[in-house]
Amino acid sequence: MSTAREVTDATFADEVLGADTPTMVDFWAPWCGPCRALSPILDQIAAEHPGRLDVVKVNVDENMETALKYQVTSLPAIFVFRDGEVVKRMTGAKGKPALEAELVDFIG
Amino acid sequence: MDDERGIPVRQVIVVGSGPAGYTAAIYAARARLAPLVIASSVEFGGELMKTTEVENFPGFPDGIQGPELMMNMQRQAERFGAEIVYDDVVRLELDGPVKRVHLGNGDVHEALAVIYATGSAYRMLGLDDAARLSGYGVSWCATCDGAFFRDKQVAVVGGGDSAMEEATFLTRFADTVHVIHRTDSLRASATMQQRARSNPKIRFHWNKRVAHIYGGDLVSGVGLVDTVDGSEATLDLSGVFIAIGADPRTHLVHGQLDLTVEGTIAVEGRSSRTNLAGVFAAGDVIDPTYKQAATAAGSGVVAALDAEHYLASLPDDLVSAAVRPADAETVDA
Repeated sequence: MSTAREVTDATFADEVLGADTPTMVDFWAPWCGPCRALSPILDQIAAEHPGRLDVVKVNVDENMETALKYQVTSLPAIFVFRDGEVVKRMTGAKGKPALEAELVDFIG
Repeated sequence: MDDERGIPVRQVIVVGSGPAGYTAAIYAARARLAPLVIASSVEFGGELMKTTEVENFPGFPDGIQGPELMMNMQRQAERFGAEIVYDDVVRLELDGPVKRVHLGNGDVHEALAVIYATGSAYRMLGLDDAARLSGYGVSWCATCDGAFFRDKQVAVVGGGDSAMEEATFLTRFADTVHVIHRTDSLRASATMQQRARSNPKIRFHWNKRVAHIYGGDLVSGVGLVDTVDGSEATLDLSGVFIAIGADPRTHLVHGQLDLTVEGTIAVEGRSSRTNLAGVFAAGDVIDPTYKQAATAAGSGVVAALDAEHYLASLPDDLVSAAVRPADAETVDA
């Protein structure tokens, strides 16, 4: 499973919107099988680009407010935030090469 | 035995990691064939990773969560020495005595036998708007996305077991679940039908085809056409779950393995033997009819035993040089 830091409705503004580094938010839930597949891949990508792209996780079961605010309707959902704005949005599990291609603006 | 580039040749490679792939791996590993399982980068564990409670897999009287069942199978295969690679196969070279498996990361693996157990892939609706709004109200996974549709109107398109299962599951959250089906009878099993038909939150729309999916950023509704009288109707919705079946995933073996008229891989009688020596197929990719986790697991057993039998028939020098388990411990078969 993923080792990324958990962010909650209470800490989202601070940890994501106020972050200095572009931050991938991994919206997941314990009952979502594809999420289990995707999370470790995101961890890997973030670990391979330290200081350029962070990754955090939001458990939507416990943090529905943030999920609804960003109109998440499908899991897994990956958002990239930069300077408090959504700059990238993806849904569905993908392989590492496909994710790296989508994230090229941040890690390229 | 290494090939000309120094890659060790395996006894057997299993492509796929659903119930068929992992069960084949368990049997092959216990037979000391040190199988390599190519599990896929994101779809490992197969279809059951997208389900919740599995109630009909024998040995679990209280049911088991799909993902947990698959993690158990994976651990069971690893316990006996199966090695698992989380990557996707991009190309297969299956003729000749040594088979080649090319992966997305550029690695090439070789083996004397291949067990092909790639299952099936969801059938798409064939509407541009379905693709555009995928993840924005259009979904292929009720268990993943259902909770976002609390007190909303949603539709399930399809009439088989998976459609009934999704519809029933979605009633936990949705206000009303509209089942949209092209004919006036369901393909689903009696149990699943009964469960859906008796659920007051499920409404059936018979003889209807989805002609449009409406919505700007998010799904707002669907346009239906009556398959009998051609009349049109609109249904306001927040979510559309598509469950119109699946097709055997055979694109990697087109031109190499013979297929049946149903599109599954052709195998000899009750065996797993394909038209190519040393290539075996198992699970939903050979099964146009039953497609159950338990039948796939049984099919994986057949493939592992067929592969073992095939390897025993090969010249000793070829087999004895291929990869064996690292530890010398004997596992009683």
